[in-house]
Amino acid sequence: MTATRYTYYPGCSGKGVGRAYEESLLTVFEHLGAGLDELDDWNCCGATAWPSVDEDQANALAARNLALTEQRTPGAGPVDLVAACTGCYRALVRAEHVLGERGPAAQKIGGGLASIGLDYEGRARARHPLDILVNEIGLDAISAAVVRPLTGLKVASYYGCLLVRPFATFDDQWNPTSMDRLVAAIGAEPVDWPLKTRCCGGSCYCGGPVIGVMPEATMQLSYALLREATKRGAEMIVTICPLCQFNMEGFQDRMSKRFNHPLDVPVAFISQLVGIALGIDEKALGIKRLLRWRLPERDPIAAGVGSAAEGGGDARA
Amino acid sequence: MGALTQTATDVRKTQTNGSRKKWRPVKDQSKFEAQLDPGFAAEIAAEVEGGELLHQCIQCGTCSAVCPLSAYMDLTPRRLIAMTRAGVRDDVLHSVTPWACTSCYACTVECPKRIPITDIMHALRRISMRETTYPRRFITPVMTRAFVDMITDRGRSTESWISLKLYLKTRPTELLKNIPVGSRLMRQGRLGLRRESIEGREDLRTMLEAMSR
Repeated sequence: MTATRYTYYPGCSGKGVGRAYEESLLTVFEHLGAGLDELDDWNCCGATAWPSVDEDQANALAARNLALTEQRTPGAGPVDLVAACTGCYRALVRAEHVLGERGPAAQKIGGGLASIGLDYEGRARARHPLDILVNEIGLDAISAAVVRPLTGLKVASYYGCLLVRPFATFDDQWNPTSMDRLVAAIGAEPVDWPLKTRCCGGSCYCGGPVIGVMPEATMQLSYALLREATKRGAEMIVTICPLCQFNMEGFQDRMSKRFNHPLDVPVAFISQLVGIALGIDEKALGIKRLLRWRLPERDPIAAGVGSAAEGGGDARA
Repeated sequence: MGALTQTATDVRKTQTNGSRKKWRPVKDQSKFEAQLDPGFAAEIAAEVEGGELLHQCIQCGTCSAVCPLSAYMDLTPRRLIAMTRAGVRDDVLHSVTPWACTSCYACTVECPKRIPITDIMHALRRISMRETTYPRRFITPVMTRAFVDMITDRGRSTESWISLKLYLKTRPTELLKNIPVGSRLMRQGRLGLRRESIEGREDLRTMLEAMSR
């Protein structure tokens, strides 16, 4: 494995509600020989709220980060900016598209960037960590590095809306599979379900129920996801977006009461689960920051590996 | 599972805002043909790239069907498009629909005519912000404003501050309900009170100002 280093864009949630995502991503990437270096002085991507005020400004905000990435890595070749949060990822890809079209909007954005001495040449492109894990580092390399295969753990992969919409950059728009393949690569069992990309209700609210724009609607939407996943036997849901993760995890108590359906499903970031399979310490993966976390009893992590080392019998029985 | 047997209308009536105070529903403001604005569709088309595709809408209703929030909207996306095209400007701009949109882009992707519906929603939000016709008791416009102000000032958003500000501004009593979750998050280091900010704050402001000229 070559030691590649990527420029990394955490996004505001990566420093707040999604801190565990950032911690686990950094550790897992480091472990797999691909470091992530945080972009200096990055600013908010504009999210989906800024276009409600000014679309060009929203793209300019994202473009500033792309321009800073280019400035950081001089040269002629393309340079990747790994955006962890799917909301940021979409905003950055969007800015790339608008600037790539070289229309009047691109000129206006270029003017804005020029006023602070920046320029976007078109070299920087936004990448999602899932894309890097699956397509750059590769599933073979990941499964070769697995030391605690999560055999038998049924995992539902939730992709959320903005990873594949409106731009499907590296996966199928209607049935994305990269996370499922990753789940299979670490030994777990991917659960097939149809709500992979259905909105969780949190995306435009920048913190969803934290802010509580429409608590009822948000609860209905995330409840549909949790119900379907558990119905299909998922013991855990993994996701790649800090907002989706929080939306589904944080309000299960309230949802249980509201819908009269006891819910207790761990919702983790895919990077955390990969980290567990790679044998990384839970603390470095931010597992403690999750509100609920458990691996089923029969899991070899809880029982198999430890007792096997001590020469114990089949602890799984 | 009582919630699932509720009809969309029930949901719309009681829960759209999530707050105890209900937002004022749109009361057909345009009653006469003379009140229509025939230039409205063109106005939207100018705001959005590909917005002129609006005229190709076949009213199939796919957008309303795939929209996860259409049950919470006063005008479904399909209806909104039809009304925009017909020039029912006042009603469209007073509608909560664009503000209930989560920007999940399901409609845009599924639309057989490739109408950029989500971007049209954003454009409608922009116009209703400019003309202050947005629904007063709806929180999204307040949130958008607070978010934009925070980024303009500091370059990054801090979730705790923005939610605190919003709760105090819109529903201070709801804040109490969220103390358990909030305090748990704080203990886990997921909700800090330290305000994030960037070094290039001046730069950012210069850029935004250069663009608003």
